[in-house]
Amino acid sequence: MKLDSKIPNGPLAEKWTNHKFNVKLVNPANKRKYNIIVVGTGLAGASAAASLAELGYNVQAFCFQDSPRRAHSIAAQGGINAAKNYQNDGDSVYRLFYDTIKGGDYRSREGNVYRLAQVSVNIIDQCVAQGVPFAREYGGLLANRSFGGAQVSRTFYARGQTGQQLLLGAYSALSRQVANGKVKLYPRTEMMDVVTIDGKAKGIVTRNLITGAIESHSGDAVLLCTGGYGNVFFLSTNAMGSNVTAAWRAHKKGAYFSNPCYTQIHPTCIPVSGDHQSKLTLMSESLRNDGRVWVPKTIPTAEKLRKKEIAPKDIKDEDRDYYLETKYPSFGNLVPRDVASRNAKYVCDEGRGVNETGEAVFLDFRDAILRDGEDAVRGKYGNLFDMYEKITGENPYKTPMKIYPAVHYTMGGLWVDYNLMTNVPGLYALGEANFSDHGANRLGASALMQGLADGYFVIPYTLGDYLASHPNGKISVDHPEFKKCEDEVKAKVQQLLTINGNKTVDHFHKKLGKIMWNYCGMARNAAGLTKAKEMIKELKKEFWSDVKVLGTGEELNLSLEKAHRVADFLELGELMVVDALHREESCGGHFRDEHQTPEGEALRDDENFAYVAAWEFAGEGKEEVLNKEELVFENVKLTQRSYK
Amino acid sequence: MNLTLKVWRQKNPSDKGGFKDYTLSGISSDMSFLEMLDVLNEDLSEKGDDPVHFDHDCREGICGMCSLYINGQPHGPTQTTTCQLHMRSFKDGDTITIEPWRASSFPIIKDLVVDRSSFDRIIQSGGYVSVNTGGVPDANEIPIPKIIADEAFDSATCIGCGACVAACKNASAMLFVSAKISQLALLPQGKVEKRGRAEKMVAQMDDEGFGACTNTGACSAECPKGIDLSNIARMNREYFAASLSTEEH
Ligand SMILES: Cc1cc2nc3c(=O)[nH]c(=O)nc-3n(C[C@H](O)[C@H](O)[C@H](O)COP(=O)(O)OP(=O)(O)OC[C@H]3O[C@@H](n4cnc5c(N)ncnc54)[C@H](O)[C@@H]3O)c2cc1C
Ligand code: SF4
Ligand code: FES
Repeated sequence: MKLDSKIPNGPLAEKWTNHKFNVKLVNPANKRKYNIIVVGTGLAGASAAASLAELGYNVQAFCFQDSPRRAHSIAAQGGINAAKNYQNDGDSVYRLFYDTIKGGDYRSREGNVYRLAQVSVNIIDQCVAQGVPFAREYGGLLANRSFGGAQVSRTFYARGQTGQQLLLGAYSALSRQVANGKVKLYPRTEMMDVVTIDGKAKGIVTRNLITGAIESHSGDAVLLCTGGYGNVFFLSTNAMGSNVTAAWRAHKKGAYFSNPCYTQIHPTCIPVSGDHQSKLTLMSESLRNDGRVWVPKTIPTAEKLRKKEIAPKDIKDEDRDYYLETKYPSFGNLVPRDVASRNAKYVCDEGRGVNETGEAVFLDFRDAILRDGEDAVRGKYGNLFDMYEKITGENPYKTPMKIYPAVHYTMGGLWVDYNLMTNVPGLYALGEANFSDHGANRLGASALMQGLADGYFVIPYTLGDYLASHPNGKISVDHPEFKKCEDEVKAKVQQLLTINGNKTVDHFHKKLGKIMWNYCGMARNAAGLTKAKEMIKELKKEFWSDVKVLGTGEELNLSLEKAHRVADFLELGELMVVDALHREESCGGHFRDEHQTPEGEALRDDENFAYVAAWEFAGEGKEEVLNKEELVFENVKLTQRSYK
Repeated sequence: MNLTLKVWRQKNPSDKGGFKDYTLSGISSDMSFLEMLDVLNEDLSEKGDDPVHFDHDCREGICGMCSLYINGQPHGPTQTTTCQLHMRSFKDGDTITIEPWRASSFPIIKDLVVDRSSFDRIIQSGGYVSVNTGGVPDANEIPIPKIIADEAFDSATCIGCGACVAACKNASAMLFVSAKISQLALLPQGKVEKRGRAEKMVAQMDDEGFGACTNTGACSAECPKGIDLSNIARMNREYFAASLSTEEH
């Protein structure tokens, strides 16, 4: 199938304006005849559902938490980018566009990214109007900070709780539409499948997580705003319930899955403390502005540290290896996320890790405290230090923090065109669930921007274009396709409940996570990936013959919920490995050992790999089919990243 | 460490429910409270017993999904969320009693899981600024003094967990409701509708069956986000002003 990205013609800066003029409109009186299904109530879903309802569409909104306000977006800390140039420091729509394309290592679409930068400014206006309490200067105007290596200050923030405040804003807009009768909410409801009729998305089948009832919902379009799939690694900074199920089931119904191997590993997380660990906690990247990263120069010293025979302060400066500062003199501790993460892995792989598990490096504030005083450091990072102490029981003013990289974000996702529609007509993907704007690596503070751009400012226009040429046809959920889909879902529930094996769902999830982390994590190579593929296939077989899911399908059943999600992760994991294996280059979050510069940096192959991989499901047990969307760069010149 | 847990088990809303005892060994003090329950659940599952159901998601203290009444205190002995509580707050040999939130407006669904949709309905009744997407002024058009913005932020940090209700002997939701009313009343964007908002949200709160406030302050003392009692005072002011005003709202 030929993938048409539908990027409008014309100069970059005019594409979106022209497109908005050219799309078809649905007449206001007709909007109320259309039913739109929105799965997910994070930034992308809540903003889309509210905006569409305001336009007059009838919306049904679904989420698996007990309230839409608890979507994973709530946990975002650092901030949201926008090209407002309030600081007069040279920012512009073009600069934000350029930084995003470059940061994504030239694996995203110019047209989409430019639009994202354009609408970023409207997002801030919208949120302020909703009553989002962003940080302000004494003069009463909005404050900004710089973030993730950007050379301008364009990040808006609300202390370390930006995601919470933005989501509560979108949730309030959504709540208003619930009160207006334009949105019907379905919390504690999990989407189990998409229903297509004559090749078009016409609804979904869900499981009520309280009663277990399998139900159908029909609509004129289905929007998947279901977030990222970082939990395929078991341990990640994502919320416990984050999953790939909605996107994966859509994939098996024909939607292409793009660039699944692009995962972002965040360098500053609290290390794993033992096998009981259920999730990892992110420490803001801003800590690297003042903290110095080091490990001991020699393995024997590191061993003594691990056995607690010596303390960090006993190690003299000449015995410490400030490896980022030596290797990258101009960026030092502020190298991009992927570079910082990979180097932490290298020193730990050499045996120089500093905690009991050997998988941690120091982030040391000793020098900042000596230079600026403890109060100044507390002023900047006090809440982060407190959080660290709460979790680890160690005081970072007295002893260096220990950090290690963790899975944080997934750039891959469902393939969508410029209108955010997947290749299945009527099926859309928004937010982290799509692949579209971040290429092979996402810049800090850009996910919140993308989620809200998609929901507030893109979908309200592009959805109308599709609906206008598809007269609303209220499809009854008694249609045979719905019944068939319900039966399949019920059969799967039954299958999981009757295996009655010996191992818990978490047992399989943990095993899958280890495979993914070891072979498809920060650095990958052909031998490891080939091995991982076999291991996952084996694990999948074992899962379907030996998993133990207790209880019944007709009640709140947490292990059943998880079993569905893990079953999908097992399939996704295999595709990630296949994608990583086929991409014979290094780019952004995808680092292949075989493809690096003599200095050990990622080496792209623009001639052969400047494309979006869009994987097509070919049937159970069959290899997926690769489709390619060539990336066209008309405005930026492709260069090799260097942070030396 | 070794622990004895007394856990509330209840199959469904109509089941009577009761405490069940479990013993656990080999718990590390580095574990979070919920990771300790994960261990219990893995044990139970391996033995073929139904795991203990509890709500949680972010495990970072921000989504408000986790709950639990631990040894007579919502979210346990420290002023954090249950997911941020660590086992180093307990001692070897301790007996820990774990119950769900108890309030008639938060009916029990199963074990430790309760239904807090009443909170959503209160927000739906007026916890927003009535603006549509698009057509709003530039974000810097209305300057807001930093102290006002900071105060609004402090109210806005409420995570909607419901601990305030669980802590209150009257099961009052005043702290939760007042936090939202205060946030919006403080900001110029929200001021326009402040009177009507206070009336509608208070009416909805009463309809949901939450109890009256007798100013004991237990809510704020147990609130993991430190939402201040002054929010309740501000809400009362807005509410009385609304009932005295004749303007349409
Ligand atoms: C710790 C942390 C910090 C971060 N900090 C930042 C930051 O500072 N700046 C930034 O830009 N980005 C940040 N990010 C990334 C950003 O938070 C996410 O990428 C973004 O919030 C995703 O939003 P979303 O709307 O796409 O999905 P989510 O917020 O993940 O929402 C997904 C929704 O889908 C629903 N759902 C999922 N599956 C199903 C199903 N099968 N059935 C029904 N419903 C379903 C869920 O209930 C939920 O409502 C951070 C991420 C993490 C983990
Ligand atoms: S006021 Fe505090 S205790 Fe009550 S819901 Fe909000 S955060 Fe929870
Ligand atoms: S699980 Fe999110 S606040 Fe505890």
